[in-house]
Amino acid sequence: MKRAHGFYSVPYVLWLALFVIAPLVLIVYQSFFNISGQFTFDNYKLYLSSGTYLRMTLNSVWYALLITALTLLISYPTAYWLSQTKHKQLWLLLIILPTWINLLLKAYAFIGIFSQGGSVNRFLQFFGFGAHQLLFTNTSFILVAAYIEIPFMILPIFNAIDELKPSLLNASKDLGATNWQTFSKVVFPLTLDGVKAGVQAVFIPSLSLFMLTRLIGGNKVITLGTAIEEHFLVTQNWGMGSTIGVVLIIAMIAIMFLTGERKKRGR
Amino acid sequence: MAEPIITFQHVYKRYDDTVALGDIDFELEQGKFYTLLGPSGCGKTTILRILAGFTEASEGKVTFKGQQINRVPANQRQINTVFQDYALFPHLNVFDNVAFGLTLKRTPKKDIKRRVLEALKSVRLAGYEDREISELSGGQQQRVAIARAIVNEPQVLLLDEPLSALDAKLRTAMQVELRQLQRRLGITFLFVTHDQGEALAMSDEIFVMSDGKILQQGSPVDIYDEPINHFVADFIGESNIVKGRMVADYQVQFVGKQFECSDAGIPAHEPIEVVLRPEDLVLTDVAKGKLTVVVDTQVFRGNLYEILSHDADGNQWLIHAVHKAKVGQEVGIYFEPEDIHVMRFGESEEEFDARLEQYEGDD
Ligand SMILES: Nc1ncnc2c1ncn2[C@@H]1O[C@H](COP(=O)(O)OP(=O)(O)O)[C@@H](O)[C@H]1O
Ligand SMILES: [Mg+2]
Repeated sequence: MKRAHGFYSVPYVLWLALFVIAPLVLIVYQSFFNISGQFTFDNYKLYLSSGTYLRMTLNSVWYALLITALTLLISYPTAYWLSQTKHKQLWLLLIILPTWINLLLKAYAFIGIFSQGGSVNRFLQFFGFGAHQLLFTNTSFILVAAYIEIPFMILPIFNAIDELKPSLLNASKDLGATNWQTFSKVVFPLTLDGVKAGVQAVFIPSLSLFMLTRLIGGNKVITLGTAIEEHFLVTQNWGMGSTIGVVLIIAMIAIMFLTGERKKRGR
Repeated sequence: MAEPIITFQHVYKRYDDTVALGDIDFELEQGKFYTLLGPSGCGKTTILRILAGFTEASEGKVTFKGQQINRVPANQRQINTVFQDYALFPHLNVFDNVAFGLTLKRTPKKDIKRRVLEALKSVRLAGYEDREISELSGGQQQRVAIARAIVNEPQVLLLDEPLSALDAKLRTAMQVELRQLQRRLGITFLFVTHDQGEALAMSDEIFVMSDGKILQQGSPVDIYDEPINHFVADFIGESNIVKGRMVADYQVQFVGKQFECSDAGIPAHEPIEVVLRPEDLVLTDVAKGKLTVVVDTQVFRGNLYEILSHDADGNQWLIHAVHKAKVGQEVGIYFEPEDIHVMRFGESEEEFDARLEQYEGDD
C-alpha cells in the first residue's frame, strides 16, 4: 500500500522539484552575485539602503492593498448574491469565464476601451462630459487589476458562503438577531477563511503586475514586478532582479502566514 | 379552558407544486408539552418554521397570545427553536453560543454570565462553558442547543426531532430530562418526532399527522386506546387490524364470528375495521380462546415473547405473550370486549369525538 502511494506521488514530486524548488534555489543563488558574476552581498545592501527600491516596495504593497481592498469590496456582496440565486452554477461560470482569456489580450482590450477615442470616452462625450485622459492613470491601473483579480476573490468567498448551513442563519434570527447582526456575528466570521483565501490569491499576484503597470498604468507606478522585468530584460542585472524576487517571496510567505489558519484561541 | 397561547386557524402552506400543510387547525395552552407526531415529510417541520417565523403560511391565521403574528419577523417572536441539526455556531464556544441571544439584547455582562451558567447547569453541562462545539458529543451538543434556547426565557420552545441523532439509551434518558425540564420551567413545548414511543412517553397532548393534515389530537392514552383510523392505529404502536361489520350496538362481527364490544352509535351492517393491540391478546387453550390460531414464529424480546400467528382465514395475529408457545402449535387467543376498538371508515375527528362522548361518557 505504502509503495503504491509513493509511486503515484512521483509526478507531483517531480513537478515540485523542477518548477518550485529548483527556481527558488536558483533565485536565491543568483541574488548573491553581481553583474560581473562575483559573489557579493551588495545586492541586498543596495536594496536596503537605496530609497528607490524601498519606495518601489512601498508602492507595490500600497497598490496591491488598494487592488485587494477594491476586489474584496466588490466580490463579497457579489458572492453573497450569487449564493442566493437560483442558477448559481451558471452565474459562477460566467464569472470564471474571463479568467480563461489571456491576460495580455484583456490588457489590450482595455487599452482600446480607455484610449482617447475609446468607447468610454465616446460615451462621456455623448453625454457632454468631454474626453478625459483615462489610460496611463493610476485609477485605470487599479480598476483593470481589480477587474482581472475579481474572479479569484469571488470563488473562495462564494464557496465559503455556499457551505454555510441555512439553519445557522435561522438560529441567529431565532435568537433575536437582525439581518445585519446575523451578517456580522455569524455569516462574516464563518466565511472569513474564504476571505483570507481570496486575499492571498489576489494580494500576492498584485505585488508584481508588471504587464498592467506598463500597458494600463503607463509605467507611472513602478512596482517590484516592473523592477524585476527591467533588471532581467533591460539592464541584465540578474543578481539585483533575483534579490527583488527574494524580497517578493518573503512578502508572500509573510502574507500566507498572516492570513493562514491559526490555532483556535482557548480562553 | 385558559386562553390559548398559540393558535393555528385554517393554515395552509404550499410550495410550487406540493401542498406541505392543508387546513391545519389547533390550539396550544400555556405550559403544556405538545408533540407533533408523523412520518417523515408529513409537514411537522413546516409547522415549526411557520411558528418560528422562518417562512410564512400561504393562507390562514397564526396567533400568539391573541395577536396575529403571521408577518412578525422571527427575531421579534418570544419563541425559540432547538434545531434538528442543533445549528450551533461553530466559531463560538459553548458559553458564547448560549449567550448569543442575551448579548444581542444588551443584557448586562454580569447577568449574562449568571444566566448562561444557570442554563448550562439545568441541562447538566456545568463546567463545559469553555469548550469548543467540535469538542462535544452529539448528546452534549443537543443540550447546548436546548440551553441556548431556554436561556432567553421564551414563552414557547419548539424542538425539531432533537433526540433523533442520539443512541437509544441516551435518547431515553433525554426524554425524561426534557420532560422534567419542561415541568420545571413551565413553558409550552412543541416537540416534533416521528417516533411514536417517544411521543407517548413525553407528551401531554399528541397531534398525529399525515400528509400535511392533523388526523387526531389527544392525550397519549386516548390516541393509543382509541385510534381514529387505520393509519393512526398502525402508526401508534403495533396492532392487529382486521375488516369487520357492525352487527348492532355493542356487537361486532369479524373473522366470521360475532363478539361483544364496547362501541356503539354505528349503524348496523356498516363495514368497519377492528383494532386489537398485541399486548391485549392472551394466549390460552384452544377451548378457552375466542379465536384459534397457529403459531408461525416466536421471538424473545427480553420482557415478552413476540408471537406471529395466523387463523384459519389467513389473518395474521401478533401477540405479545408473557409465556412462550411452540411454533406450529394450535393455540387459543382470549381478549375482553373492551380490548376491541372499532374504527369507521372516513370518520372525522369531530364525529369520532361526538360519538365517543355520547356512548362512553362514563370512561
Ligand atoms: N422549501 C421547500 N420547498 C419545497 N417543498 C418543501 C420545502 N420545505 C418542505 N417542503 C415539502 O413539504 C413537505 C413537508 O416537509 P417537512 O415539514 O419538512 O416534513 P417533516 O418535517 O414532517 O419531515 C415535504 O413534502 C417537503 O418535500
Ligand atoms: Mg422535519
